Amino acid sequence: MSASGTERPGEAGASEASLSEGPEGTAAERRPRAPIIDSATSELKFRDPDRGAALAGALAQTVAGIGRAPVSVMHVCGSHEQAIARFGLRSAFPPDLHVIMGPGCPVCITDQPEVDEAVALARQGVRIATYGDMVRVPGTAASLADAEAEGARVDVVYSIDQAIALANAAPDPLVFFATGFETTAVATAAAILSGLPANFFVLSAHKYIPPVMEIVAEMPDSRIEGFVAAGHAATITGWGVFEAFVERHRVPVVVAGFEPLDILAALVRLAELIRDRICTVENLFPRCVTREGNLVAQRQLWDVFTPIGGRWRGIAHIPNGNLRLRDRWSHLDARRRFAIDLTRLWDDAPSSLSQQCQCGDIMSGRKTPADCALFGADCVPENPVGACMVSSEGTCRIWHEYGVQHR
Amino acid sequence: MCLGVPGRVIEIHDNLALVDFFGVSRQVRLELVDEPVAPGDYILNHVGFAIRRIPERDIEGTLAMYRQLLHEAETDLMAADVQGELKGTRT
Repeated sequence: MSASGTERPGEAGASEASLSEGPEGTAAERRPRAPIIDSATSELKFRDPDRGAALAGALAQTVAGIGRAPVSVMHVCGSHEQAIARFGLRSAFPPDLHVIMGPGCPVCITDQPEVDEAVALARQGVRIATYGDMVRVPGTAASLADAEAEGARVDVVYSIDQAIALANAAPDPLVFFATGFETTAVATAAAILSGLPANFFVLSAHKYIPPVMEIVAEMPDSRIEGFVAAGHAATITGWGVFEAFVERHRVPVVVAGFEPLDILAALVRLAELIRDRICTVENLFPRCVTREGNLVAQRQLWDVFTPIGGRWRGIAHIPNGNLRLRDRWSHLDARRRFAIDLTRLWDDAPSSLSQQCQCGDIMSGRKTPADCALFGADCVPENPVGACMVSSEGTCRIWHEYGVQHR
Repeated sequence: MCLGVPGRVIEIHDNLALVDFFGVSRQVRLELVDEPVAPGDYILNHVGFAIRRIPERDIEGTLAMYRQLLHEAETDLMAADVQGELKGTRT
């Protein structure tokens, strides 16, 4: 970080915090493996401090009442990790409660071959538009940013509407590299259903969250005793989608909102369910989530997409985890419209550093960024090795930016 | 990418709502929202679409966090994501 001289202005606070144990030695030496706390940003910022303190007390008491330690729970949302780190919530968690971020970063779990397809198209001269962080995510050997540096046309957009505006403004074909979970896939679906310009094509790397929770829960070395479900993905799917999951895996699920108090309240309830051995789904975000979810959005999602198995970066093949355009929309499907030549990309070997990347184990909850020798040393936001350090929703990036570290 | 941002509907024309996001007016598409939306309602915007009409109760709690994040510098990771949600809407 500081030693490498690559940090940009404004990050000094986080970097100093990360280096507070001294700049000498390797990243692994700097970070002994021990319970997680937050440091520099750990001042709690509850809008109702009394309620925050009461919930923190209830959480400590409930976790102690479980009678074994540590107790590990997983959330599956980059926005939850942002809020936990941003508002310093880990300092309010009892040390025996490990709150682990699972595969909740849509950018991070987009697999290398999917990025390769976008890079190959860009290098073939096709204009690409995609959501911001996707540009810097490495494929097998190159990112869209690399292709852009070579002269390819790559545009960052914040919505599919902006990509449509780009296609309307110029006659050349434009491929929208569509990434994100169901919250974002529904927007792609709605745009497709309302009609697209003739030069607009979709390269879908959309992913569907519920199936990956099954895979993570089934991992033989999983220590996860309960899940916090992402409130806005559940706004679309409804909380009922988790009932069969709970039945199959005998672990409780609590749906949570994104404010610090929402997250603390959800963890208290999850700890109670674990303590009392109650396997059920509870919805602690009723202002946005219903049992059946947003049926209007679901109908559009499944009119446009069909679930198909596919790899999630570094984790596993996830049955039904990817969203592919239905045959009815094949005329919009970039994979069918263009001959995507991947062979040239595979001539370039992945960097040796990328082979040490721990993103897969981090996203499946088996490791934390602090277990990675590259974290904060060879892998930093300005020069990321793995996708988790690229995305604003990646565990490594969030921990790096907010100075989360081990004590 | 899944955080969204809440705003208050000012007026509606067909499938487009003019929405006030903490003093910034933007257009949001309504094809995905599953309840009738009227001026005065709060909606949750994600990548240019309303995905939920938020009930009036508890809305102040929801707004408080976003109000704070929208006033943070974009060097703050979470604030930048919330501000990105506004960039995805039509002006």
